[in-house]
Amino acid sequence: VNVLNTCLFYFFAVLAVASAILMVTRRSAMHAAIFLVNTLLASAGIFVLLQAEFVFIVQVFLYAGGIAVLFVFAIMLANSAAAPRVMRLGRQQVVAVALATILAAQIVFAIVVGRTSLRLPAMEAAISARNTEAVGDALFHPFIVPFGIAAVLLLVATIGAVLMAKRGRDAFD
Amino acid sequence: MLSIEHYLILSVALFTIGVLGVLTRRNVIIMLMSIELILNAVNINLAAFSRLHGAVDGQVFSIFVMAAAAAEAVVGLGIVLGLFRNRETVLADEMDLLKW
Repeated sequence: VNVLNTCLFYFFAVLAVASAILMVTRRSAMHAAIFLVNTLLASAGIFVLLQAEFVFIVQVFLYAGGIAVLFVFAIMLANSAAAPRVMRLGRQQVVAVALATILAAQIVFAIVVGRTSLRLPAMEAAISARNTEAVGDALFHPFIVPFGIAAVLLLVATIGAVLMAKRGRDAFD
Repeated sequence: MLSIEHYLILSVALFTIGVLGVLTRRNVIIMLMSIELILNAVNINLAAFSRLHGAVDGQVFSIFVMAAAAAEAVVGLGIVLGLFRNRETVLADEMDLLKW
């Protein structure tokens, strides 16, 4: 089980990172959206390896299903032929790559310094059937207030999206 | 044998690529996608630590992160569509109405 786990981890990790790099570097926004879906599905596999089955299914439904479709619709509505697909940011790209490298080096340094043989507990052979139950219990008992706030946030976001996307003169004048 | 550093390093890689996307791309929609990538990297971290501690709290928090990400994507894309309708562009450096 451990060898299989390790193989699956490297498979999903390489898939996620490669798709993410392609997402950032492809010129066409539609290709970027497809690689984003690929990355999100690969990290859904990582969630299964971490025995977070409920997060996995939410990731597949909400991210790879819902948000990705939203992005594709936005690209098709907004990314007309008028938008040039040339990336002309010479100096800024160099600075950005340098900054991102420094950021990654800092975080990796922190991880290397802070590691105190944090080994994950051994993986059980069978997927536990009680993960969703545990998440539901935690969501409704200790985290009921943040849960309510998240519900209000989603309501406000829905109203805001309807208002933003509304056609007509009164929306933006 | 996998340790938690594997997951943390994967998360760092995805996070950095997301930051790179926000910094280098001009298309606002791809910038929003990169932000989704950053939040997804954070979710991997949360799930890994949740497994390390044997508690489910990290997974609950990653569900809250997903709700916030969904709200952000919806409102952000609504703004982008409204902006495209008024200014005919989705490129960040052409949205310079407030520039000095």
